[in-house]
Amino acid sequence: MNFSLTKEQELFQQMIKDFAENEVKPLAAEVDDLERFPVETVEKMAKIGIMGIPIPKQYGGAGGTNVMYSMAVEELSAVCATTGVIVSAHTSLCAAPILEYGTEAQKQKYLPKLASGEWIGAFGLTEPNAGTDAAGQQTTAVEDGDNYIINGSKIFITNAEFAHVYVILAMTDKSQGTRGITAFIIEKGTPGFSIGKKEKKMGIRGSATCELVFENCIVPKENMLGKLSKGFGIAMKTLDGGRIGIAAQALGIAQGAIDETVKYVKERKQFGRPISAFQNTQFQLADMNTKTEASRMLVRKAAYKKDAKLPYSVDAAMAKLYAAETAMEVTNKAVQLHGGYGYTREYPVERMMRDAKITEIYEGTSEVQRMVISANMLK
Amino acid sequence: MKLEDYKGIYVFIEQREGIIQNVALELLGQARKLADELSDKVYAMLLGDQITDQAQGLIARGADEVIVVDAPELKEYTTEPYTQAICQIISERKPESLFIGATTLGRDLGPRVSARVGTGLTADCTKIEIGENGEMLMTRPAFGGNLMATIVCKNHRPQMGTVRPGVLFAMDADESRTGAIVNYEVKFNAAKFRVKLLETVKEDNNLIDITEARILVSGGRGIGNKEGFEAMDALAHTLNAEVSASRAMVDAGYIGHDRQVGQTGKTVRPDLYFAFGISGAIQHVAGMEDSDLIIAVNKDKHAPIFQVSDLGIVGDAKQIIKKLTERLEKQN
Amino acid sequence: MKIVVCIKQVPDTTEIKIDPVTGTLIRDGVPSIMNPDDKSGLEMALQLKDEKGAHVTVITMGPPQADLILREAYAMGVDRAIHLTDRKFAGADTLATSHALAGALRKIDFDLLITGRQAIDGDTAQVGPQIAEHLDLPQVSYLEDLKFDGDKTFTMKRHIEDGYQMLEVEAPCVVTVLSSANTPRYMNVGGIVDAYQKEVEVWGFNEIEVDEKDLGLKGSPTSVHKAFARGLKPAGELYEVGTDEAVGIIIKKLKEKFILN
Repeated sequence: MNFSLTKEQELFQQMIKDFAENEVKPLAAEVDDLERFPVETVEKMAKIGIMGIPIPKQYGGAGGTNVMYSMAVEELSAVCATTGVIVSAHTSLCAAPILEYGTEAQKQKYLPKLASGEWIGAFGLTEPNAGTDAAGQQTTAVEDGDNYIINGSKIFITNAEFAHVYVILAMTDKSQGTRGITAFIIEKGTPGFSIGKKEKKMGIRGSATCELVFENCIVPKENMLGKLSKGFGIAMKTLDGGRIGIAAQALGIAQGAIDETVKYVKERKQFGRPISAFQNTQFQLADMNTKTEASRMLVRKAAYKKDAKLPYSVDAAMAKLYAAETAMEVTNKAVQLHGGYGYTREYPVERMMRDAKITEIYEGTSEVQRMVISANMLK
Repeated sequence: MKLEDYKGIYVFIEQREGIIQNVALELLGQARKLADELSDKVYAMLLGDQITDQAQGLIARGADEVIVVDAPELKEYTTEPYTQAICQIISERKPESLFIGATTLGRDLGPRVSARVGTGLTADCTKIEIGENGEMLMTRPAFGGNLMATIVCKNHRPQMGTVRPGVLFAMDADESRTGAIVNYEVKFNAAKFRVKLLETVKEDNNLIDITEARILVSGGRGIGNKEGFEAMDALAHTLNAEVSASRAMVDAGYIGHDRQVGQTGKTVRPDLYFAFGISGAIQHVAGMEDSDLIIAVNKDKHAPIFQVSDLGIVGDAKQIIKKLTERLEKQN
Repeated sequence: MKIVVCIKQVPDTTEIKIDPVTGTLIRDGVPSIMNPDDKSGLEMALQLKDEKGAHVTVITMGPPQADLILREAYAMGVDRAIHLTDRKFAGADTLATSHALAGALRKIDFDLLITGRQAIDGDTAQVGPQIAEHLDLPQVSYLEDLKFDGDKTFTMKRHIEDGYQMLEVEAPCVVTVLSSANTPRYMNVGGIVDAYQKEVEVWGFNEIEVDEKDLGLKGSPTSVHKAFARGLKPAGELYEVGTDEAVGIIIKKLKEKFILN
């Protein structure tokens, strides 16, 4: 049993903290305010390998671990949750399933470009009528010679507007329910595929969340990811991995809010002394920090188990559930400790509180995580 | 090495295009004081081309003897010819101590000379005193200005130091002083001249040395942008002051490196130093804290600059600059 | 082209604070970093590697924990790393340090030796030129930029107070680089993954050819007579008032000090 980071992880943490502080943080408020996808940040991340952390070197990735990847999403999200989710969706929801389920040809074709960040990845499961109930898919894929013809739409797709590769799910056999779902790799510019309406969101406002529209979209058969009708399992497994990323994002948001709050309470004076001198402040900070550290342990454990090829879906669910709820609680307290200033955009905790909320919702709501965790207990 | 064979305080006289630099006069002034205390002599080493006519002025500024090396090889500074000249003087004349200005030239020359003669060199001294046994106590900032260290060079001669410009005092010219002027011949080994100077380019035509300004209007992060600096220019104009800045502003490109105050910039000691929007990191403070009067304006009440300021104003630097300029313009 | 870069691990002096009560340095928790001027020099070398395929070696002299900056250098893209460490080197001033490094450098073939202009813990700017002297190589300090003609000749831009100088030097030579010369790259993630798989060559006294009397404390002509924190100045007046009133206070002060009539 060892809770220390390895030397590589320490070196990595030093780099990613520096990068977040110097390259990501200065843009965070603007990215939020203008709902702007930070293209230049993605380019910088690509250049040093952040877009392909857990992808093996043979496919052009950094050959790093999921622990490193979770640390990256954490540190990026601590200063800008938008940047955190861009990396998370790209890595966990697009590159990871291609690595896991792709044919060698698919891996050779997509992974080097994704890992180098030349291409950005996205993932499409959710539909207007199929959220938590993912089985209610209405997008269809019909066989037509060497192709599949896809019709339907996907919503709330992170990175949508800026992605080059999408892993999407569609019904190949409606009569079979979840057993009739198949995964496909869609490239930007495929005939019949377009980007629909862009959402105006409460938080993570720079992440380019859009609708994907398929109108007689022709996808070659070789773009099927995994086997026919195995898409639901692929989607669920992919989301297991994604939850580590989102849990890390939530953890980062909480840590970022704590960092800002500690700085603030030392500076802000009321009744002639810094508010850090009040016991209420101290106790709130203690709770915030304890829960955030507990989140970190859950996130690292889930990532570690994934690296060790141990079953990790329950760990990932616990990490996401706890880290997300902690992020919401911690940012709420952070705003409260900032008082009126915390409610303004003068201070980043206002943004952090808005950003935190989504972590309780996407890639499986907190309720879904509870289902996963309890189902495992009661089986 | 017999230490008693080494005598005299030697000062390297930095000149550029034949103009003696202030730091050389400051060194002479300090050397004079030290020599009087030790009953020793001050030797000025004047190196250059067609430079001999400058020698007399150095006697008025404190030298007892001026060693002039007038040679075409020394027209413009490059490391090797200057090193050869100084090292020949050291080996023949055996100085007890030798001081050089800590300029980009002096900091290039000093270590090369010290390594060639195998003696110690204390960089960037801000204070030189005499110890119990007549040794030089050379004090300099270390750890980014957080710590002061007094360095000695016990068993090697000459005791060498480079000294920061602007921290020591030149003496007023005393034309009644007398001294010797010696033309000194150096045998150059031109085979070792391996760096060729192609050109020297001046980037700022109205070069002002901020270390010589009586009043400095200095700006930091709180000034924000180009407009902020323009406002400072206007204020400086009303006060006949010069504009300087903290490192952050130099790094951001708002102002040249030659106007940077602090540990990695210049040490200044004006009559009045305005610190606008400067938080007062130790690196900055190290370069300005000896100013006679420090007036600081900063939004953050806890900014460390207020620990060294004589007058502190918690407020918006940009607004105060604007208002102050208006008021002063009205007065003029 | 073969390049060697000298790097040093230093405390991040911008993180050092002075205890407001005792006036002493607070050094606890101050991180150790690669010296900024050295890192800029390393970036210069790596750019020459990117453009001209140069082979880049880094060398540091320091205690065992300085291994970290060599790993960092590997993660930034260097080809070889040497750690010069021995108790016999301890307590060295700049001259003794330059002797040790020069001793190691005599064993390495290079066209260009890069050091930072100065280290932020000492700010002396001496070790680079002193190494150059020991190795009998030409030096250019305060380097802002450098071009290589691909054969033997470097054209260099050297910073001076009121501008710059353009210089021409042939390889091999020594330069000391300013941190403002360029922005160092970040470590590469893949490079970090491999950094600890690579070998750092550890060299001690026995691996270099230097007279022991020139090394460490014995080889140091200078010594610290005393060191002290700068101490604190008594606080001046502080006002938290409106702009007009503040301006009034400033003008009053200027009159008091006879700066204004």
